[in-house]
Amino acid sequence: MSTGKEGKKRGLLHDTASRFEVIRMVVAILIGAAITAVVIFAVSETPLESLRCMFFGPIERVRYLFNVLELMVPLIFTGVAISVVFSAKQFNLAAEGIFFFGGMVAAVTAIALKLPKGLHAAVCVLLAALLGGLLGALPGLLKYKWNASELVISLMLNYVCFSMSMYVIKNYFRDKNAGAIVSYVFEETAPMTKLVAKYRLTTGGALLAVAACVLLYFFLYKTRWGFAIRSAGENMNFTRYAGLPVAFAVIGSQAISGVVAGIGGAVEMLSMYTRFQWTMLTGYGWDGVIVAIFAKNNPKYVPLAAGFLAWLRIGADIMLRRTGVQMEIVKVIQAIIIVLLVAESFLAKTRHKMVVKEATAEAAGAKEVA
Amino acid sequence: MSEILRVERVTKVYGNGILANDKVELSVKKGEIHAICGENGAGKSTLMKMLFGLEQPDEGEIYVKGQACKITSPSVAIGLGIGMVHQHFMLVDELTVAENVVLGYEPKKGLVIDWDKAADMTREVGRKYNLEVEPGLLVGDISVGLKQRVEIVKALLRGAEILILDEPTAVLTPQETRELFAELKHLRDAGHTILFISHKLGEVKELCDRITIMRAGHTVGTYEVADLSEADISRMMVGRDVVLKIDKAKAAPGEVELSVRDLEYTGDLGKKALRGVSLDVRKGEILGVAGVEGNGQRELVEIITGLREGATGTVTLEGFPLLGASIRESRRRGMAHIPSDRMVYGVAKNQSISFNILAGKTQDERYTGKVLFKSRAIERDMEALAREYTVKCESAQQTVGMLSGGNIQKVVVAREMSSNPTLLVADQPTRGIDVGAAEFIRRRIVAMRDEGTAVLLVTADLNEALELSDSIVVMRDGEIVAYYPDTGDLSEEELGFYMLGVKRQTKEEVSGVVHG
Repeated sequence: MSTGKEGKKRGLLHDTASRFEVIRMVVAILIGAAITAVVIFAVSETPLESLRCMFFGPIERVRYLFNVLELMVPLIFTGVAISVVFSAKQFNLAAEGIFFFGGMVAAVTAIALKLPKGLHAAVCVLLAALLGGLLGALPGLLKYKWNASELVISLMLNYVCFSMSMYVIKNYFRDKNAGAIVSYVFEETAPMTKLVAKYRLTTGGALLAVAACVLLYFFLYKTRWGFAIRSAGENMNFTRYAGLPVAFAVIGSQAISGVVAGIGGAVEMLSMYTRFQWTMLTGYGWDGVIVAIFAKNNPKYVPLAAGFLAWLRIGADIMLRRTGVQMEIVKVIQAIIIVLLVAESFLAKTRHKMVVKEATAEAAGAKEVA
Repeated sequence: MSEILRVERVTKVYGNGILANDKVELSVKKGEIHAICGENGAGKSTLMKMLFGLEQPDEGEIYVKGQACKITSPSVAIGLGIGMVHQHFMLVDELTVAENVVLGYEPKKGLVIDWDKAADMTREVGRKYNLEVEPGLLVGDISVGLKQRVEIVKALLRGAEILILDEPTAVLTPQETRELFAELKHLRDAGHTILFISHKLGEVKELCDRITIMRAGHTVGTYEVADLSEADISRMMVGRDVVLKIDKAKAAPGEVELSVRDLEYTGDLGKKALRGVSLDVRKGEILGVAGVEGNGQRELVEIITGLREGATGTVTLEGFPLLGASIRESRRRGMAHIPSDRMVYGVAKNQSISFNILAGKTQDERYTGKVLFKSRAIERDMEALAREYTVKCESAQQTVGMLSGGNIQKVVVAREMSSNPTLLVADQPTRGIDVGAAEFIRRRIVAMRDEGTAVLLVTADLNEALELSDSIVVMRDGEIVAYYPDTGDLSEEELGFYMLGVKRQTKEEVSGVVHG
């Protein structure tokens, strides 16, 4: 009898917290959407059509839906990569540069090696993962050894990754017959197989993206190493005192983040391109930060967050083509949602009211029982 | 005597859902020393925070001198003549006494601060109320007792008529406590009103005129102190009889478990914190380390437990050298550590109770396979441990930060004791927690001793040191100045003499603590 009652009480408390988080998220999105709508009304000659394109455009055609899925893949990889380092409260933002670098490594491997179909792509991805891990570990190592800020080091590292990649492509793999700065075309065995013939989404890319979320969710929440990472993210003194592996939490989390970002770059390269043609950083690393914030650093929610962001981006693209409203409008909605989500005291009063109501009701209930 | 402060039906709910004050009533007369007693989590601190404007009540009224007031900030409280001396002093160590006293209220001479006037003001208040402190001293250099005096002077200078003292004797020696009491009585006679928050019933009996007892967020009632015995008060605080003495069998010490030899350590500021400390802790023995805080105990504990590096000498656990060993290794070899600052080292406060207990057992094969955690075993056992250590919670999934201090400490103790350690380093294991939780933890420590664990107990609470320890050392200025192999007929008074440097034993007497 008593256990049943306790169970109910536990549920209530748990619900207040999570219900509030959901309310917060929904309100943030609604406010973001409302302000976006105001801006669209101000700049668009056909505001209703623009709005419809932005929010509902992606379901109009199968092709658009596939565009959303294709865009989700890189966002998932960088989102997971950032979630891992943020879980350990390590502000390593090298995912941006490593994604680019991973793309270069995959491209070079795709051009230089001759391997059977399937194996070739796997080797490309593995090499990108390995080098990405090493690059990611670098800021972690410097942080652990000399307490150098991983934020500063990783931001600088992004440019190192970019310049190194461009150097390799320009000097060793540039196709001089092509007009722009692009590499030679990949060996036919390298690119990944399309999931559906007409669209660019690849089976390998989709599977690896899902695997990244699942594996890293289990890693972070169901293993002792993930435990150490989350503990470090919460209280470093405690982590050290409890004898948990601090070095792993600092360096390992950043290395793993690098691995995931590297794979992301390789997958993107082998899915969407037939030759290396990036000439500037892709921005997916920064997007990964947004995805991680939306997903509360939990890989479990990364697909949802990445899907939301991809939906907005593709919607805005459709809006641009149909009604001429600039895509940058998406940044407005993104920025507003992020500000509202990270602002701890946003809706704090509502939350407090919910809590007061529950606590006094519980106390009254307890009295009645007594 | 007229009523100076009145609290009517005040309710306060914290953001984490804890109902800290539930329709609390309080009435304080002008010119009395009024004790507020209650276990930790009873709501005393919350009530005081509301009186000092650090928290806002959700319901109810506060009247100061008959006027209903909204005390929205400490400066409003100060304006109303309410001053507070916090348990953890709010002083700047790098500034002088006078600079601290006038901070925020500096006397001006044109555009610049008139430091001579500040010193004069400090002296004047000191003379008037018998609270003399040398204004030119650096606060970082003065004793804890003097710091407290500076806090009181600071409050008085801001015009405090009602002075709130939050567990003021927690950090004082018996001698300093007596001085403080004399000062407080003097203040009362000069017409000030004092709210005295304490866990120590003996002090309440000695000092206070009336007492308000709180329990679980409610006020139990207000009484004349003279009408109540200590046992009465403690019964009303916890709703049951608390045994103030711990019954324990005589220790049967075995082999040496922890051995410390010639430990020397120099702190960051070049101050020698440890000067050749040697001691042994045997299996099945509780060795108490008494002393005024800041005499090297913290450094000793942190060096033994691996949190601090850079010491010379040797520390061995069953022959294994601990200096330079990783905390992980020391813990694997049987060390457990209840840290003095539970919020800094003891818990990850935004994580669950389960997470915090599991933190010491992530390598344990009962809870982890080769790769994945065994979630079911974890849930079952963490829940069971939370119950075994009587952590008051709805489930082990509850966030630790939502618990009261005593329950948070129980989580720490549950983690540390359930690892079956051979050495337990307990640093202020019951500081600032309620009587019930403290008693529980003390009993557990004795039980571990009986099972053969070696316990190094560092405590500033003399009563605890005497009650729990089988043998005791006193630390002063980085040295061991006294060793008592038996605490049987040792008095707090006697310990106080060693702690304050009035007496010290010879080298031969002290060397008795080295058994090997």
